[in-house]
Amino acid sequence: MQSYIWAFLIGGLICAIGQILMDGFKLTPAHTMCTFVVLGAILGGLGLYEPLIKFAGAGASVPISSFGYSLVRGALLEAEKTGIVGVLTGIFEITSAGISSAIIFGFISSLIFRPKG
Amino acid sequence: MLQGRQTWVFESKPVIAGSAAVGGPFESKCALADDFDMFSEDLWLGQDSFEKAERKLLEHACEIAIKKAGVKKEDVEFFFSGDLINQIISSSFTARTLGIPYLGIFGACSSSVEGLALASILVDGNFANNALAATSSHNAACEKQYRYPTEYGAQKPPTAQWTVTGAGAALVAREGEGPRVVCATIGRVVDMGLSDPFNMGAAMAPAAVDTISAHMRDLNIDLSDYDIIATGDLGRVGHEIAKELLKKHGISLPEEKFTDCGKIIYKDEQPVFSGGSGCGCAAVTTYGHFINRMKKGELKKILVVATGALLSPMSYQQKEFIPCIAHAVSLEM
Amino acid sequence: MSDKKKKKLTPTQQEYQQLAKSKEPKRPIVLNTVKAFFTGGLICTLGQAIKTVFVNYFGFTEETASNPTSAVLIFISALITSLGFYDHIAQWAGAGTAVPVTGFANTITSAALEHRTEGYVLGVGGNMFKIAGPVIVFGVFSAFVVAIIKLIIQGLGGM
Repeated sequence: MQSYIWAFLIGGLICAIGQILMDGFKLTPAHTMCTFVVLGAILGGLGLYEPLIKFAGAGASVPISSFGYSLVRGALLEAEKTGIVGVLTGIFEITSAGISSAIIFGFISSLIFRPKG
Repeated sequence: MLQGRQTWVFESKPVIAGSAAVGGPFESKCALADDFDMFSEDLWLGQDSFEKAERKLLEHACEIAIKKAGVKKEDVEFFFSGDLINQIISSSFTARTLGIPYLGIFGACSSSVEGLALASILVDGNFANNALAATSSHNAACEKQYRYPTEYGAQKPPTAQWTVTGAGAALVAREGEGPRVVCATIGRVVDMGLSDPFNMGAAMAPAAVDTISAHMRDLNIDLSDYDIIATGDLGRVGHEIAKELLKKHGISLPEEKFTDCGKIIYKDEQPVFSGGSGCGCAAVTTYGHFINRMKKGELKKILVVATGALLSPMSYQQKEFIPCIAHAVSLEM
Repeated sequence: MSDKKKKKLTPTQQEYQQLAKSKEPKRPIVLNTVKAFFTGGLICTLGQAIKTVFVNYFGFTEETASNPTSAVLIFISALITSLGFYDHIAQWAGAGTAVPVTGFANTITSAALEHRTEGYVLGVGGNMFKIAGPVIVFGVFSAFVVAIIKLIIQGLGGM
């Protein structure tokens, strides 16, 4: 039960920050998402994102910031195994599910549906 | 005849012998729905893209206007049209269907009045017997091109406006039943350094005020003769700003006289943020609602000031401001 | 950035912009933030539930369950976008639907649907990443920079 509460609170908080960026700082959604991804990458590099995920569960792994974290993690894990070239070869290792499914389901949708306007 | 710096007075007072306003499903529920000639059932009009659907809307408007004027397509010598789609393809492809000698124009949302003024020059100057002026806009096609895909979940601010899915056409002739085009004031581009594409009203208001002032200066009149002065699509936000600006210029207009097509077209319950916009907004409101009221005798003399924001998605991405323009036309019954 | 622009504005323009700003209806920031908090939290809670299902019934660990969870949320988001009501929810929820991975899926699906009329190769394929592209580009680039910096620091005997 506790994990659900923390997922709700932390996830909600991250989205609330996003809303403040959009309304207060007048960032577009694209700029806001980019900001979060980059922040996720930086926090991942600093070793702060992993404990956040352990603590908040989906509250930290569902927001787009975890995408940045996964990219960094993939790069670093591969670099541990194969040296610095691992940064290039490992970046998409962990996030492949996200990007693949977005492309696949997006494309399938375009085969079946039309926009409603 | 030129009067002042930027106003044309049409001595022969060409008549709008036939006019048409067509709209989409959302417009069929709008406040001015009774003044439309036709509504489409959906946004597609049986076509396979929004852009092709907009073309169909424009074709319908043109055909209905020509029919109501009691002339044949072959009698119409020239066709002025503009729209918001890249390279104004809605207008060009409609011209292909109509087969009338065509002059494409671009004034963004001011295209309706721009076309009407040019058509009036041709008829008044004996360069044409019948000239057709039309314009259109399509909500989904416009969102796709200027902003985001229609199913995209971006939250729009309260200053945003709703592009009208609609087309308006007017056939200008020497003689006929209908309001007469008395004069037109051509606006110049005004840029107040605004750059928020979700607040066009604020960007366009100065252009409207500039043109209204020029109109008064050129003709040496105040605006008391007009029963209604209507801006094209400033919306609630832009219209308030225009009122303030006019006051600063020493022009105070009573609430009932100074209105905005974008403000009055939709009902309050319809989720349109600050109001309607798009080329179709001023067109359907003028060629449907206002002309009907003039024919009923409710309005004798009106000034329509259509406003346009001359930006493109490219100019916005390149961090440019939004230059705007407004053209005014005076109609008299 | 806005200061540089302000310097290019004439006094008339600056005065007008102040007038325009005063007439601008204020965005209901507090209300929007609360709505975003609530929706975002709800989506993440759903994610947590899905994650738990993967851990308990499909043999994933806490760590590895994030991936299929994202995939399921992406599927749901693509479906809701295709059925035409994601944008209505998003108008209400704002960042609450844009910030979670559902927002990412929505950008790709909505762009794919929209550009179908230009064909599948150039239309759908070419435009799918119109809005999601920046996220991927900047995500990858910042991950690259962060990883390199971290490796350099580690190499120099830092962390």
